[in-house]
Amino acid sequence: MTEFSRAEVCAAAIADAFKDDGEIFASPMGMLPMLGVRLAKLTSNPDLVISDGESLFLGGVPPLFAKADVVEGWIPFRRVFDVVAYGKRHVMMGATQVDKHGNQNISAIGDFAQPKRQLLGSRGAPGNTVNNRTSYWVPKHNTRVFVEQVDIVSGVGPARAKAAGPGASKYNDIHRIVTNLGVFDVKGADDTVRLLSVHPGVTVDEVVENTGFALEIPTDVPVTREPTESELMIIRNVLDPKNLRDREVPPVASTDAGASK
Amino acid sequence: MSKPRTKVMTIDEVVAQLSDGMTIGIGGWGPRRKPMALVRAILRSDLKDLTIVSWGGADVGLLARAGKIKKLVYAFVSLDSIPLEPNFQRARQNGTIPEVVELDEGMFQTGLYAAAQRLPFLPMRAGLGSDVLVNNTWIKTVTSPYADENGDVEELTAVPALTLDVALVHMNRADAHGNATYLGPDPYFDDLFVQAADQAFVTCEQIVDTAGLTVDTAVQRLLISRMAVTGVVETPNGAHFTTCTPDYERDEKFQKAYAVAAGGSDEDWAAFEERFLSGDEAAYQSAVAAFAAEEAAK
Repeated sequence: MTEFSRAEVCAAAIADAFKDDGEIFASPMGMLPMLGVRLAKLTSNPDLVISDGESLFLGGVPPLFAKADVVEGWIPFRRVFDVVAYGKRHVMMGATQVDKHGNQNISAIGDFAQPKRQLLGSRGAPGNTVNNRTSYWVPKHNTRVFVEQVDIVSGVGPARAKAAGPGASKYNDIHRIVTNLGVFDVKGADDTVRLLSVHPGVTVDEVVENTGFALEIPTDVPVTREPTESELMIIRNVLDPKNLRDREVPPVASTDAGASK
Repeated sequence: MSKPRTKVMTIDEVVAQLSDGMTIGIGGWGPRRKPMALVRAILRSDLKDLTIVSWGGADVGLLARAGKIKKLVYAFVSLDSIPLEPNFQRARQNGTIPEVVELDEGMFQTGLYAAAQRLPFLPMRAGLGSDVLVNNTWIKTVTSPYADENGDVEELTAVPALTLDVALVHMNRADAHGNATYLGPDPYFDDLFVQAADQAFVTCEQIVDTAGLTVDTAVQRLLISRMAVTGVVETPNGAHFTTCTPDYERDEKFQKAYAVAAGGSDEDWAAFEERFLSGDEAAYQSAVAAFAAEEAAK
């Protein structure tokens, strides 16, 4: 049996989040999302439009942080905002907090007026979440990230979008939350976070213990699929030969066990 | 032959045009192509109670640390390779910026568009459902006069115009009249900043003849027209330590030293200020050159 790392499982799970998107702009924020999106482009969804994260649409699929050999378009920040409003975009953002209703916070921890910890600011999260498909990547799934209620709502979950009316809800589409432990969506009862699968070697109890709210958990929780031989070849030899992925998601000893229960 | 008027001036002449309480928009994006020479000149001045409008980087951090900001309008403040700006973090956590307006970064563009088009607001979806509208109750929504395809009437964010007293931007090249090009990967929003402002000052790496602006440079890179420009200043390395591609990239070593000092003790920051920010722009540039030589010798 082929051995694979937890980071490689995450990359394949992220790739799966983009496989049915068709010909849209895939915007990964951060290293593992970039790896997953490029993996999807080389496997399940070659129609994806990807960028260098700066201002160019890439014609090819270069390794992480490499320069493009072929350019197929220009995407300065002003045009990113245009594509957000146009809707043909799927962004995977980070999240300092995610709550039961799939709201995300990257603004600040504590009271907004004088926060305990100031973070980046809300960036494009408010606009992304009411305009285009949005997913989140959480490299360290724990109870500090997964909280009952976020301190500040940057990214808008479906319940709040509905409460704000059709202007907010018609294009609100929180697709997946991928973490180092499992895969989730926000299609639980009353628009709450639901467990879709646990990664190989992870138990449902481990996920529950590391989540600060009551997750919706199906009776039979599937195991996140293992990366294929060809995906592993692409990840290891083409996209991430320097193995940067293990720095974001360190290897877990039991991952090659392949079973969750 | 008649020529348009010349607007060349000095950094100090620009700062002399500014006054306490003004709303100042700062171009660029995060740690990219920021008019840092002008920011440093403001640090040296007695100006106070400023409203700063910026997709922020060290411009915001430095002005906040110096206590110049009464009100900050931002969507993020970041140094990119150092995600959290330590001086901004410190100011927020100590509550030293009296008024704070955090917007979505697209709302910020829409607000500048509204100002540039002399409209009171423009509608967009961003903000709806998020705490941007909770923390800024003065930002209202507007109901569409048209039903959508489902017969629903949409309520949208009425993004208020971000009207500026003054815009400060840094470009790669400009002529003496205020026409200016960007030569890097992204125009950012500097054309919007200058059009959203009553007065706009353009600093640049080099002032060239008007004809020189389009020698070996596509005309599409002429982002700013002199119509919107009040003054032009040549400030070589004036975006330091932010990017000014292709003239130079971000000075990562210097940025790191800045961030360490900003995140360190009061003494650490005082030493950084003494070394780099206690003199004029020429003194700053020689201190930076000395720093670079020290780093290279390591």
